[in-house]
Amino acid sequence: MTEVVLTAERITKTFTGVTALNDVSFDIHAGEVHALMGENGAGKSTLMKVLSGVYHPNAGAIHHRGELVNFTSPRDARDRGILLVHQELSLSPELSVAENVYLGAWPTNRFGVLKKKELHEKTQAALDSLGCNFGPDVRVGTLSIAKQQMVEIARVQAFNANVVIFDEPTASLTESEKEQLFIAIRRLRERGVGIVYISHKMDEIFEITDRITVLRDGELQGTVNTRDVDMAQITRMMIGRDLDQFFHRAQGAAGRDVLEVRHLEKEGLFSDINFKVRAGEVLGLYGLIGAGRSEVAETIFGVRQPDSGQVIFDGEEVDFASPKDAIEKGMALVPESRKEQGLILGMGGRVNITLPHLNLFSKMGISDTKKELEVFNYYREQLEIKTTGPEQPLSDLSGGNQQKFVLAKWLCADPKLIILDEPTRGIDVGSKSSIHKIIAGLAEKGLAVIVISSEMPEVIGVSNRILAMANGRLVGEFSGDDMTEENLINAVSEVPLESASQPSPDDKTKIHELKRTAP
Amino acid sequence: MSKTISSAGFQGVSVQPKPLRRTFMLLAEQHIWVFLGLSLLLFSLASPYFLTLNNMSNLLTQAAFIGLLAIGMTLVMINGEIDLSVGATLALACALAVGLQSSIGVWPAIFVALCSGAVMGLINGTLLALSGMHSFIITLGALIGIRGIVFIYTGESALMVEDFSYTEIVEVYLGPVSLTALIFLGFAAFFQWMLTCTKHGREAFAVGDNAKSAHEAGIRVKRHKVINFVLCGTLAAIAGVLLSMRLGTAEPNAGKIWELWAIIAVVLGGTRLQGGWGSVWKTVGGVLTLAVLRNGLSLLNTPNYIELMVMGAVLVLALVIDKVLGFGHSK
Repeated sequence: MTEVVLTAERITKTFTGVTALNDVSFDIHAGEVHALMGENGAGKSTLMKVLSGVYHPNAGAIHHRGELVNFTSPRDARDRGILLVHQELSLSPELSVAENVYLGAWPTNRFGVLKKKELHEKTQAALDSLGCNFGPDVRVGTLSIAKQQMVEIARVQAFNANVVIFDEPTASLTESEKEQLFIAIRRLRERGVGIVYISHKMDEIFEITDRITVLRDGELQGTVNTRDVDMAQITRMMIGRDLDQFFHRAQGAAGRDVLEVRHLEKEGLFSDINFKVRAGEVLGLYGLIGAGRSEVAETIFGVRQPDSGQVIFDGEEVDFASPKDAIEKGMALVPESRKEQGLILGMGGRVNITLPHLNLFSKMGISDTKKELEVFNYYREQLEIKTTGPEQPLSDLSGGNQQKFVLAKWLCADPKLIILDEPTRGIDVGSKSSIHKIIAGLAEKGLAVIVISSEMPEVIGVSNRILAMANGRLVGEFSGDDMTEENLINAVSEVPLESASQPSPDDKTKIHELKRTAP
Repeated sequence: MSKTISSAGFQGVSVQPKPLRRTFMLLAEQHIWVFLGLSLLLFSLASPYFLTLNNMSNLLTQAAFIGLLAIGMTLVMINGEIDLSVGATLALACALAVGLQSSIGVWPAIFVALCSGAVMGLINGTLLALSGMHSFIITLGALIGIRGIVFIYTGESALMVEDFSYTEIVEVYLGPVSLTALIFLGFAAFFQWMLTCTKHGREAFAVGDNAKSAHEAGIRVKRHKVINFVLCGTLAAIAGVLLSMRLGTAEPNAGKIWELWAIIAVVLGGTRLQGGWGSVWKTVGGVLTLAVLRNGLSLLNTPNYIELMVMGAVLVLALVIDKVLGFGHSK
């Protein structure tokens, strides 16, 4: 095929006795997008950090353009044109775009004084070639995540990289931002750059990559051409067995109405929202990011106040002034970001589960450790949480297991309705499946469940009924065999032109003006 | 291409605030100068002795000592670190400059004093780099340890210069501005320039902002921090030498809790405690504001404890304003 830019041969890397990579070989061709897949903890990030000079392997060799190389720092790798675009953006928000693009390689005169003009011009050129519309002197902290990612990609351009590693680049991008990113990636590919693409999202992998390498538990499972395989084969390689049933749907019959929403409206965010959720049912709320799904959920939950409309919960009309009221009435909302979710990652599961309910687990201000342990053991078993014990810090656990603790924390209060916002974002396939099983189990126990998700297979797989939402409106309801990807896409893309811009608080005034000027 | 751009999220609508709001935002960002102006106004109304050329000249000279400490502190704090040992370092340099001059001569003594500051900074920085402990702990230890050395060296009593011509070295004025004040302002200008225009200066922000990404971009983070601690220690020693020239004596307790005044001045100037953002100019604003408050309050014969209470209140108030206005520098 084409020229091989980078090869890793029989790499082994251990951390204080734990083997993260065992005898893994991997190569990247010029002008290809090579997916690296595996569950969390499979060794993807470790391998990439070895290739980009962050870690030094215990054994094995790396060849770059046919030469044996020995990277002692990320700088060595970068000097040879190998660049890592991080999962969590590694920019300095207080520095300018130009300073970030050339971070660590600023042009200076021999007294260490910056050549600001040169820096500005070089960055401008890199930004132009990517089609970015922001300038080199903007402070990075003021840019959106998507734009910050373009700054990282501008680094690729600036350093004339020949190998670029993307670590979950689309994790926090909207659909259109993702498209823009893919355009940039394809452009790099055309220029002969070798690209490694790490992602959990199958659809992206099949859309953009040429080859796929799968790792499991630090071992190489194989490298295949993307066009020769399908999703099921890859999944099997990743988890080492067939997923007997990838999605689990609640089987019980739906009971009484737990929640009814009538004509709920919040100007600039959503309008005329009507729906019901019954006990024992999983209601999917599908829509793209920015469609207003989370906002509706937050309004029901009392995070914000609606302009008009009614919320009837458990037979009575409610108007929650704060989430605390909602929680007391038996509602739970699990937002999408785990880290801001109040998990104390430095502490163990026992403490984390009972933290919001300490009044239930303490006598006269002293916590009842025995009772806490019972609860911990109950959920550990129920949710199949993998942890060494009640005191193991959550930071040691995978994203999937952390997410289970978030669930346990909310379930502990015994809610009647639980709203899950993107419950499996950033979680590997195996854990996803087990979260889905838990969701189905909750509904079968008689809870009403709302699952908000922008992953179509997920929302179809777990829901008994799906509401589609676009631009702040409900645009369709599907159940049974009507729950297909096609129907959902059609529903969310048929949007009246008037409200074609995605409403966000910033756009509020704009929409307002639009309405006024409309005849 | 035009289609993808217009449909994609990269096309941000740039927000142009209205002129009034822009002025307000500018004032908010530069609030330390507003503060300084207000306190100047207040005290000139309250005391006829305040706004005189003589008092202003005096005030500027008084401000210079803490000012020099604050410049170094700004560098260290932009890195996300802190140096609590500057007051003790100042005392050490002061004692060495006075104590050694009879045996090795004035200029060699000054040289040794300055070197002692650099060495203390080097020790702090190296311990930080090697141990990975927080600088708060390391420099807290240094604060106590260095002060102990000063007490041993001075024999627990003030050292006096033998030849008082030593105190005349700094008796040079440019108009009403003393040499001490000029040195302070000169260093402030230099380090402000360094922070905005040199590689080391810009790296200071990168290191404080996101040390991991700075490291991965190939910046030698540890070495960078050591350099800033050396600069900070050296500036403290310069302040110590200038103080010895002004007083003609070296008190073992010289510069006690001055590290706190310096930190307060830096924070008043808006430098972020977690690092990544700050400016020497605004630190100068903070230093001058503190100096005005102290000078003004003592002109009004305010008891010392009231002075401390006012200063404490000012610090908290400044931080509250900073937080409320929250001009986009939060992480």
